[in-house]
Amino acid sequence: MKLVVNEQEYDVDVTPDMPLLWVLRDELGIKGPKFGCGIAMCGACTVHIDGRPVRACSYPASAVQGPVTTIEGLGQPDALHTLQKAWIEHQVAQCGYCQSGQIMSAAALLAANNNPSDAEIDTAMSGNLCRCGTYPKIRAAVKSAAEALRSESVPVQNESEGTA
Amino acid sequence: MSTLGKITRRTFLVGSVAIAGGVAFGYWKYKQPIDNPLEADLDDSATALTPYVIIDQQGVSIIAPRAEMGQGVHTTLAALVAEELEVSLDAIKVLHGPASNAYFNAAVLEEGIPFAATDVSRTAEMVRGFTKVPAKFLGLQITGGSSSIPDAFYKMRTAGAAAREVLLQAASAQLNVPTSQLSANDGTILASDGRSVAYTDLAVTAANIEPPKEPVLKSRSQWKLLGKSMPRVDMVAKSTGTAEFSIDVELPDMLYASVRMNPRLGAPMTSFDASKAEAMPGVKRIFQVNNGVAAVATNTWYAFKAVNAVQCNWANASYSNDTNGLLAAVQDSLSPDHQDSQFRDDGDVEQALQSGEIIEAEYQVPYLAHAAMEPLNATAWLRDGKLDIWAGNQLPTQALKEGAAITGLDEENIRVHTTLMGGGFGRRAEMDFVIQAIHIAKEFEGTPVKTTWTREEDTSHDFYRPMAVARFKAKLANNTIDTCDLHLAAPSVAESQMGRLGVPVAGPDIMIVQAAWDQPYSIQNYRVTGYRTPKAFPVSSWRSVGGSQNGFFHESMMDEIAHAGGLDPLEMRLQLINHDVSRKVLESVAEQSNWGRALPDGHGLGLAFVLSFGVPTAQVIEVAAVDDTIKLIEAWAAVDVGVALDPRNVKAQVMGGMNFGLAAAMMGEITVKDGEVQQRNFHNYPSMRFNQAPDIEVQVLENGDQVRGIGEPGVPPAAPALGNAIFAATGKRIRELPFSKHVRFS
Ligand code: FES
Ligand code: FES
Repeated sequence: MKLVVNEQEYDVDVTPDMPLLWVLRDELGIKGPKFGCGIAMCGACTVHIDGRPVRACSYPASAVQGPVTTIEGLGQPDALHTLQKAWIEHQVAQCGYCQSGQIMSAAALLAANNNPSDAEIDTAMSGNLCRCGTYPKIRAAVKSAAEALRSESVPVQNESEGTA
Repeated sequence: MSTLGKITRRTFLVGSVAIAGGVAFGYWKYKQPIDNPLEADLDDSATALTPYVIIDQQGVSIIAPRAEMGQGVHTTLAALVAEELEVSLDAIKVLHGPASNAYFNAAVLEEGIPFAATDVSRTAEMVRGFTKVPAKFLGLQITGGSSSIPDAFYKMRTAGAAAREVLLQAASAQLNVPTSQLSANDGTILASDGRSVAYTDLAVTAANIEPPKEPVLKSRSQWKLLGKSMPRVDMVAKSTGTAEFSIDVELPDMLYASVRMNPRLGAPMTSFDASKAEAMPGVKRIFQVNNGVAAVATNTWYAFKAVNAVQCNWANASYSNDTNGLLAAVQDSLSPDHQDSQFRDDGDVEQALQSGEIIEAEYQVPYLAHAAMEPLNATAWLRDGKLDIWAGNQLPTQALKEGAAITGLDEENIRVHTTLMGGGFGRRAEMDFVIQAIHIAKEFEGTPVKTTWTREEDTSHDFYRPMAVARFKAKLANNTIDTCDLHLAAPSVAESQMGRLGVPVAGPDIMIVQAAWDQPYSIQNYRVTGYRTPKAFPVSSWRSVGGSQNGFFHESMMDEIAHAGGLDPLEMRLQLINHDVSRKVLESVAEQSNWGRALPDGHGLGLAFVLSFGVPTAQVIEVAAVDDTIKLIEAWAAVDVGVALDPRNVKAQVMGGMNFGLAAAMMGEITVKDGEVQQRNFHNYPSMRFNQAPDIEVQVLENGDQVRGIGEPGVPPAAPALGNAIFAATGKRIRELPFSKHVRFS
């Protein structure tokens, strides 16, 4: 089957039921999307298909109809996405394992709505678990990324303390 | 103390004179220095100044020999070295370093001694000194017990300072000027005549210079990095999906495996039929490993499917078949014949309880899984008489031993690569998943094999936080607590965990009463007794260990007593507290949360205070109740860590610890039926979600007398603060966890 991931074309030979996650990770070596539960309960594997967030662990690769974007396609260490800048500014990650998925869920939200209410953020982010309990910082980072996107420039505050 | 055994007594005399000294060059002067484990790996152009620092042409690398599982330890450990070495954090590389006894952790056993953290008497200090000895003999390169920072605070700064002194001497030789005219700054040695030489250009000369044993450390006022919030060294990688966890390890021609062990934990597999599974796509081979099966395939997904298709016959469990039976065993052990310890017995409890009005209650908590976000996994590669192991693990020296035992190779032919961990919480100090990966790789000699557990396997094959039961009796007099008699029963984590490591543990298990017997209250008649439930179901360390249940027991009890006497829970504690550092923590959280203010209808504030791992921690939670639905509105915490090396990271750890404790208190429960754990994945072992998490404001104080680790102390007060808040809001006292058995959370 053919797949377009992060603007690159791939041809893979796997069974049709193989979830997208395992094609990405074990066939294509794209390791940003993480395995957490395998049943669409944790969000660690979140990627975009055609800009929509999907749980790659529960999405058969053969059903993919559109370009796939993973965290690697969103931004790179030397070319950060606004959300990634906000994540670094707020020092969100602890173990970091859930964060690819968190950022991809947030990216889909902000792409559709750069001025989300608290309730809208709750809805978009509640499918992503974080066992390290970084939620308050995620909320703060999503809000400052939204603000940065709205003002189109990307002002980075110097120091952000605590969880605010 | 008896856990220290013979070694302690034998080394007592020498040990008492060996406290000061250079860390890498014989911190333990009474014994042969341990070989520097880095030298074997370095080529001639590089020189290992100490086991903590490498400088070569490429730059400066700092070895942070503790596992990074989210607690920010790599950044803080690196900063300790960098501060003295005079390099900036973004100019260095931080490596975990190999498994080695030279990286033993002296602080981890300190929590296991029967002197409260607030006890600074000579005997207490002396015994604390001894515990460093067995840690070294056990070669415990362990990450746990919130011990990394206390252990490293002196050792790693000394390593940095020693390296700096050597570089100054090397520059003196190279530039031919006395060291008095040289200074170290930002990776460079500067001479007063304006010349300068980079550290990297001094490496070869430096290799021949003996480092000073006791270099002078900077005073706090001279610190440039420490004491300020530092950007974590792993933050960019963790925000871009480029951080490498062990599940991301990729090697040439790698194969992928998964396992299924007997769901009746520890019992054997009697037979299996893999004929159907063997015919499935991508499958290479299926075979028995330990008490279950492994499937090896060309993709993890194929391995998952195949291993689940194997027909297995499992033997019965060696423990009671269901939760009720296991609970009965804990309850039954609350009797004199199972008494394990009584480290606190102030006044005359028996006498006091003869008369007056007695308040009494029983509490219980369930087994809990660790449920780290990254399911357990490890990679092993056996080839050409060498074994490489990649695993996010909290105990690499043990991984080395297991590798040697399974393959018959000498330890010097085995390398343990400790990767970043997608959470540990104590689970990754166990070796079962590493052992399996090595067995599997042995079947495929020459080929690297990554073994990944399904979430179902991970949830149902944990070593759990023990179920525990508490009973208390108390009495009020003169508007305060007069008597408090707390009985705590639980299976022994030390017995279960150390048993698997083959380390015998004698004497009482202090973790059964941890964070209850040693609380800083002066109560007239105050007794805490521990009871040990006979070993059955596998248990292990779970973030904050005994504190995770005992904080709930002790602090719910305090709240019950206060309310029974019509006392304010804060005032009552302030009156009884006998430790100034703790008092300030309570006052701080009271101020932050504006304790005592008028609240909207249906709202309640709950307070809890727990001293654990030497860190006094107070938390207040505000909840709103609508019928039986509880919403967490906001939370406040205050801690005292003595010295806050990185204040923002301290706050983050308290926030994370509190959320970890809240998640368990709200909805965490492992149950057993037919000998099998019934929870399999996040649908029936849920965790707190984004919309349920309150904002948490953390205050960090520095009145304590020594630096403390902060990975765990945020956990214990969370459950009682929430329970006390639910009581304040609803009048309902919930005496068992999780609270979701009695209320709903929105
Ligand atoms: S791994 Fe896909 S949602 Fe958990
Ligand atoms: S940062 Fe560890 S699970 Fe979210």
